[in-house]
Amino acid sequence: MTSFLRVSPVSRGFRRREPSGDASRIPPGQHLVEGFPVLSAGPTPHTPLDQWTFTLDGMIDEPLRWTWEELRGLPPEPIRCDIHCVTSWSKLDTEWEGVSLDALLEGVETEAAYVTAWCDGGYTTNLPIEDVTDGRAWVAVGYDGRRLEPEHGGPARLLVPHLYLWKSAKWIRGITLRPDDEPGFWESLGYHPRGDPWQEQRYWGD
Amino acid sequence: MSAPAPLRWQTARIAEVREETPRARTLAFDRPAWPGHRAGQHVDVRLTAEDGYRAQRSYSIASPPGTPRLEITVERLDDGEVSPWLAGEARAGDELELRGPIGGYFVWEPAKGGPLLLLAGGSGLVPLMCIERHRRAAAPEVASTLLVSARGPADLLYDAELEGSAVLTYTREQPPGWTGYARRVDRELLAAVAPPPEQRPRCYVCGPTSFVEVVAEALVALGHHRALIKTERFGATGG
Repeated sequence: MTSFLRVSPVSRGFRRREPSGDASRIPPGQHLVEGFPVLSAGPTPHTPLDQWTFTLDGMIDEPLRWTWEELRGLPPEPIRCDIHCVTSWSKLDTEWEGVSLDALLEGVETEAAYVTAWCDGGYTTNLPIEDVTDGRAWVAVGYDGRRLEPEHGGPARLLVPHLYLWKSAKWIRGITLRPDDEPGFWESLGYHPRGDPWQEQRYWGD
Repeated sequence: MSAPAPLRWQTARIAEVREETPRARTLAFDRPAWPGHRAGQHVDVRLTAEDGYRAQRSYSIASPPGTPRLEITVERLDDGEVSPWLAGEARAGDELELRGPIGGYFVWEPAKGGPLLLLAGGSGLVPLMCIERHRRAAAPEVASTLLVSARGPADLLYDAELEGSAVLTYTREQPPGWTGYARRVDRELLAAVAPPPEQRPRCYVCGPTSFVEVVAEALVALGHHRALIKTERFGATGG
């Protein structure tokens, strides 16, 4: 098989803007934003907190379930992280509050290699279990010192900041422990199964 | 899942540039080397500077499937990096890179049927115009309602094409003698123009976040089925 280096054509007159922020923190193909753009595929759900639960099921002896009060009773952690959306924006130093998935999985014995996060509104996303354990993922309930707004995924969203933001599923209601990697919503529609921004894993085959 | 083909960057030459509004232009490319797109999909566009610096953004496809050229319509964001070049400096003969088509959710094809309810805020009209153009060409028997919210007549994309076939509302500035809607889209306005929920219209909502939030919530409140409401948003930060 012949391989060759592809050279991008110069777009006449195009110039970089003044660089802003720490370039070493911006993955390839991303650019910085100050705001917090919203992306979602359907109407924003509004589940009342007294009906809200979080469920851990699948490859587990007995499914575990937390009410909103029970989840809020777990020790919250402050999270400061950079976030990266596949639509090419990145935002640095965002501040969240959430419960570590390690805390939810504490004491759980499972052979699961993957998880599927599932949400109000029917959204799902798949992740290797290594990507959501060892302090790499949270159920976030606060953003920027306030309760997480519905349009940003409130009352609770998954937060997996080291992967593209579609993995940080909004309006999360549970996680299913699985033996295999089952494509979620966007992953079934052409987006990469893992979504590492530093490897620019945006779409199938990247 | 079968092994999917990767989406490769390909060089594209601008074949034509058309002014749509003082802030927006349509760029036409000769048909790219891909099997074709579905109405509602987008492409990634990448620009390269003389010094090798590159920047990429996503833009909705405006041209319907099956036409010889691929068209995108880009609105200039003043503090943006890519859109000022596309909507300002680019001219026929310039080269850039494209990758796509992308997105398999906010799409429509004749087999999905109707009626269609297309709700656009500002430049969110672009993918909806793609869907509407496709419907007109491939399935004119499918009923469609297109509602477009624009700040004023100078901000309205595709005005000649929309005349007489879309419901317009001008939120900030109205033309002299305007007797149509002159406010942001709300529940009452939707109730007046949309097919009743019993007809189960397929709703496509695209625009800025505030527009999408209000419209999608109003559709749900009017009794439209959540699973039939698809949304896509244009932040003011896409650059």
